[in-house]
Amino acid sequence: MHSLNGLRQQFQYTFNESHKRARIVIGLGTCGIAAGAEKVWTAVSNYIETQGLEIAMMATGCVGMCYAEPLMEVHLPGEPRFIYGNLKPENAVAILKRHLQEGSPSPEYIVAQDPRGYEAAANIVKLGDTPFYKEQVKNVLGRCGLIDPDQISHYIACHGYEALEKVLDEMSPIKVIREISNSGLRGRGGGGFPTGRKWEAAYNSPGSKKYVVCNADEGDPGAFMDRSILEGDPHELLEGMAICGYAIGADEGYIYVRAEYPLAIKRLQKAIHDAESVGILGDNILDSGFNFKIHIAAGAGAFVCGEETALMHSIEGKRGMPRMRPPYPAQSGLWDKPTNINNVETYANIPHIIRRGADWFAGMGTGNSKGSKVFALTGKIKRTGLAEVPIGISLRDIVFNIGGGIQNDKGYKAVQIGGPSGGCIPESLLDTPVDYDSLLQLGAMMGSGGLVIMDEDTCMVDVARYFLHFTQDESCGKCAPCREGTMRMLQILEKICDGQGRPEDLDTLESLCRVVQSTSLCGLGQSAPNPVLATLRYFRSEYEAHIYDKKCPAGVCTNLLTYKINAEKCKGCTLCKNVCPVDAIAGERKQPHTIIEDMCIRCGTCISKCTFNAIYKG
Amino acid sequence: MRNYNENVQDMRYLTLDKIMDKYRDTTIKIIPVLQETQEIFGYIPEKAIKAIASTLEIPSSEIYGVATFYGQFHLQVRGENIIRVCTGTACHVQGSGRILESIMKTLGLADGVMTTEDLKFTVEPVACLGACGMAPVIMINEDAYGRVSLNDIPEIIARYQEKDGEENA
Repeated sequence: MHSLNGLRQQFQYTFNESHKRARIVIGLGTCGIAAGAEKVWTAVSNYIETQGLEIAMMATGCVGMCYAEPLMEVHLPGEPRFIYGNLKPENAVAILKRHLQEGSPSPEYIVAQDPRGYEAAANIVKLGDTPFYKEQVKNVLGRCGLIDPDQISHYIACHGYEALEKVLDEMSPIKVIREISNSGLRGRGGGGFPTGRKWEAAYNSPGSKKYVVCNADEGDPGAFMDRSILEGDPHELLEGMAICGYAIGADEGYIYVRAEYPLAIKRLQKAIHDAESVGILGDNILDSGFNFKIHIAAGAGAFVCGEETALMHSIEGKRGMPRMRPPYPAQSGLWDKPTNINNVETYANIPHIIRRGADWFAGMGTGNSKGSKVFALTGKIKRTGLAEVPIGISLRDIVFNIGGGIQNDKGYKAVQIGGPSGGCIPESLLDTPVDYDSLLQLGAMMGSGGLVIMDEDTCMVDVARYFLHFTQDESCGKCAPCREGTMRMLQILEKICDGQGRPEDLDTLESLCRVVQSTSLCGLGQSAPNPVLATLRYFRSEYEAHIYDKKCPAGVCTNLLTYKINAEKCKGCTLCKNVCPVDAIAGERKQPHTIIEDMCIRCGTCISKCTFNAIYKG
Repeated sequence: MRNYNENVQDMRYLTLDKIMDKYRDTTIKIIPVLQETQEIFGYIPEKAIKAIASTLEIPSSEIYGVATFYGQFHLQVRGENIIRVCTGTACHVQGSGRILESIMKTLGLADGVMTTEDLKFTVEPVACLGACGMAPVIMINEDAYGRVSLNDIPEIIARYQEKDGEENA
């Protein structure tokens, strides 16, 4: 077999050398770009060019600190890496100028420093000591933010494709499968099925043509770890898929990426092309006799395609509708051939397990949930972003230590985990360890690991209505329980939010939930009632307030609100009166105004315009 | 409404023919054909469905079935600039509903009409753009905007009002 060692040493040398020179690293993932990172990049590179400075610029993926984007890392020879955050094009150049001229970081924008063997600067927190990083372990996300995802040389320099070489060189397919089984890895996208068992089933299926499919249809709203891997370290996925191909005896793989991820598709295309050109993908990989090709199938926007049988129908170019199982994909999948299907994060774990061993992986986590898991922290939390932690850490740790607690120091209400299939966890259960089994007991599920944090201003009935609206909209319509059941549940929830709810609605809702759960064809329908059941279980009083008192305690459901003006605070500036779209505000200039309740459409425009905080929801 | 003259129209159907040539001898996958069709026209015209059906010998009902199943395909003419408003969970709790309302109001859209009369803009609420850490998020063509506030909207939209859609892509 042809070894990559020579090439790797060469790449390592260039990679290490590049770290010795002055350079600036800017994260250009979708998050960074949404925060304005491209403009920062342009401003900084213009400055470097016009000043004739010898500083290299490198683009990287997401480091997970969405809350501080756009980020810029300044790395001068013999100094720690300094990471600046919350930048704008104007101040980025000023910060850089100051850093270069005075050699001192601007304290107001510095996020952390990473000494990396150099003498640390005084009074600046080290990256590994920041609350956001301290409890994290970076495996799957290890290279995101450190390498240029478009450079295969960077990936290879940082242990990339070592695992593939190892399996091709010294492991039989069954030995690979045993290693994955022993590691205890479970699917990172939804149900949490043991990965080794899945692979074994596909391996045991007779047939000379088999497929490896990657589910990159990250449809759960609130989860974006897969996008981050695709954008920040695409080769990690390719390597995991190639190892799977070798293990189950497949020579072709498909990555099903959602159409909403154009940047991920672009980076994957380049990664596949580069891997083919160095002989890591394609025919006779590294002269081992193993052939493996990877194709990209762009999704077309349907949540149900996250379900494996629907996803495969979609790759075949048909309507993405699920079908009954068995037969499972391992027996009859893509074009009726044996197929293994996992999601991005699952495949991304594979090279690490092969390279560092099953025992290393199984050393992290709890009883039946091993390894590390990436969580997306979003919603009303101070530090939004991606955090990779050992499974089994408590939700409280994630939300309050890593995430820094609730925005604007409001009260915590719930964390929603597992997307439209998951549930909400109240304050009293925050010490639950986050693992597959504990979450199921609470009526939630790991899902893909999206955590949406909700504060006291979030209405839980509205949240249930939101998810039902989503699942009802995305229901493919094939089976009646899901098609009709989600619609009926949504109608009831809308009624309750509108103040038309009746006491018996809650029982009807609960029995509907049970029917839809037990009789739907696929996971979408079976889990659609979860957000309703979980909110009924932990926040029943909010439903009751909507039904009996016709009040929305969180002040979200517009039909149950009245807007009022505090006469003592109102200065009579007429601003609200002028912006009211329906002329529902009365009052003379310099006299306290009043809102005419019958005419008010509760649009909230007045509240957002009032500069004296005189308008409140009652 | 914009009228394309006959020559322009013919040119686009010639491109469609070329695309279909690629798929003629392979296992036909309707989705990529439709994706490329939409790239040419900006939407999927009825005439294109008929052309695909007869050239690739697939029943037009089957093509129509696929085109209407997926959220990405559009059977109506769309604007030069597509404003995607994320309505994912994180964006929802951060007030994406108000953002959507405000964009519609700025563009003078209401009652389910999502495209402006001058065909400059189409507004599209979408499930999740995957930039949840930046919620609320909107995307105009390929440009993503994070942590959008109600006050930003008129200014962001104005940037696209002056230019042609193509330049922003």
